[in-house]
Amino acid sequence: MLENAAVKPNRAPVQVGKWRRMWAKVRKQKMLLILLIPAILYYFIFNYIPMYGVLIAFKNFKMDAGDSFLSTILHSPWAGRFGLDHFKEFMEGPYFLKLLRNTFLLGFYSLLFGFPIPIIFALLLNELRNKYYKSFVQTISYMPYFLSVVAVVGMMKMVLSPSTGFVNVLLTKLGLQPIYFMALPEWFRFLFVSSSIWAGLGMGAVIYLAALSKVDGEQYESAVMDGASRLRQMWHITLPAIKPVIVITLILNMSGILSVGSEKIILMYNPLTYDTADVFSTFVYRRGLVELDFSFGAAVDLFNAVVNVIFLVTANYIARKVADESLW
Amino acid sequence: MVKDTTLSSRIISVVVHTVMLVMILVTLFPLLHIVATSLSDPKDIAKGMVSLWPSHVSVSAYKTILFENAHIPRSFLNSIIITCVGSVLSVVVTTITAYALSKNDLIFRPFLLTYCIIPMFFTGGLIPQFLLVKSLGMMNTIWSLTIPGLISTWWLMVMISFFKNFPVEIEEAAKLDGCGDVQTLLRIVLPLSMAGVATISLFYAVSLWNSYFSAMLYMNNYNDYPLQLILREIVLQSTLASQMAEEGNAVLAEDLSSSLTPESVQYATLFISIMPMLIVYPFIQKYFVRGIMLGSLKG
Repeated sequence: MLENAAVKPNRAPVQVGKWRRMWAKVRKQKMLLILLIPAILYYFIFNYIPMYGVLIAFKNFKMDAGDSFLSTILHSPWAGRFGLDHFKEFMEGPYFLKLLRNTFLLGFYSLLFGFPIPIIFALLLNELRNKYYKSFVQTISYMPYFLSVVAVVGMMKMVLSPSTGFVNVLLTKLGLQPIYFMALPEWFRFLFVSSSIWAGLGMGAVIYLAALSKVDGEQYESAVMDGASRLRQMWHITLPAIKPVIVITLILNMSGILSVGSEKIILMYNPLTYDTADVFSTFVYRRGLVELDFSFGAAVDLFNAVVNVIFLVTANYIARKVADESLW
Repeated sequence: MVKDTTLSSRIISVVVHTVMLVMILVTLFPLLHIVATSLSDPKDIAKGMVSLWPSHVSVSAYKTILFENAHIPRSFLNSIIITCVGSVLSVVVTTITAYALSKNDLIFRPFLLTYCIIPMFFTGGLIPQFLLVKSLGMMNTIWSLTIPGLISTWWLMVMISFFKNFPVEIEEAAKLDGCGDVQTLLRIVLPLSMAGVATISLFYAVSLWNSYFSAMLYMNNYNDYPLQLILREIVLQSTLASQMAEEGNAVLAEDLSSSLTPESVQYATLFISIMPMLIVYPFIQKYFVRGIMLGSLKG
């Protein structure tokens, strides 16, 4: 009893002191907090409000010119009893399987070929002994990274053009029929993946080269003393040095397997190649913003986003179990 | 290093050099082809006579682009304005935010960091974003292209780690001399952090210069189009023509492609659009490499 009585009056001042200290800290750091205002507003308006806007996926949203975005969302009726009508329509619709297959295959091929090639390139680059030659090759390899996706697709279309493109001119000279690459569904995946590799090779290798630059040169020298061949040096010194980076990159890439972006495909595809080229994100764009079916488009987008988060968590879990490396 | 002349070593050398040579050729080939074609006579292009060297060199395509057709110079100017305004805004906001968040004793720091990181994993998606920009009345203004992507959280994180490595002693000395937080940032920290600021400026600038998607969504007036969008129109036209040809509509295809932009002008437009990048990238690439390394090591 006595103890309680002694503690009780003590507690309140501590509480007041805590708030007072906090307030004093806020005042002391007020300039820092003022610096944060633009960012807090930016994130709130352009990231958190659209997150709330995801609600339209569960509603029948109609654009209302006289009303604000937020209250239009609130006033729109729910889509069906549980708000899941758009999801149901999409899953049962004719597009679902085709989009899933196309998205998965594009992501899978991008991973299968796009992931190892920069690693191999970095390993080979690491074998170049002449410093100037090495930096020359690197500089060339970075070039496509700086070109816009429009320019890359534009170049591809021009080089592959059926009448005047270089490739078809060559085919014709060899006595073969010209191929309408951009209009044939069976060529789409190859062109998409190979042009992405072309554009991303140099910068993709950078993170591995960064890890390689940390390897102690003495390790190689003592390996040579022990009679290790260059292949063995690569296997026992170089590869282990970049293993953590490889695992992390692999996790990131694997989790992105169904998040194939729309920017490049929209430039590349046309109704003739929809069969292999149409993916979730392009469908969202067409259905949502071209045909103005906002709610349905948002539902497909949300479905895709949820699947992506599941993939990321799973990939991270597997990596932690198997290789003891993880993002978090 | 010890010289290694065994057979396996020589085989590796041959493989390495061959791969590098192929890589250089594959990277440069499309560019050289574009340049050669843009400088050639349209009749020779139609006959498929151009590969890596222009035939009957003429600069008429470039004359058309630069003097006869107002779209391309205007869109070039639009792109420059968008890139400058957008990257200045982004760099200023990213820098001041990163500076404040880099202070370990900042009040509510864990909460504020989480607040900034969550959007990296969850976004509202394309459609709510579009509706938001539209309802804010930003359509057809430069703000629709620069504000929605104001902060890239990735570069914010890189910048935070950059400021964290800043020597505490210097800042403390400035504080002792009576500098406030903002003054310390402007007078002491920023001048010594120009490498980091340059890196993120270039990243923002290059991505703004190269983007077409938001302009496609938000800009409806042809006169406001940035260069990439004009380029897209031209590229799409040529697809349309080849699509017609594929569908067996040869006459229409022929019609379309002759009434539209001549081939050499298409190639020249493409080259003009990538030329600024080709000129500056050898000088700025080291910042990108460093930025990617910083990001990959911290992330």
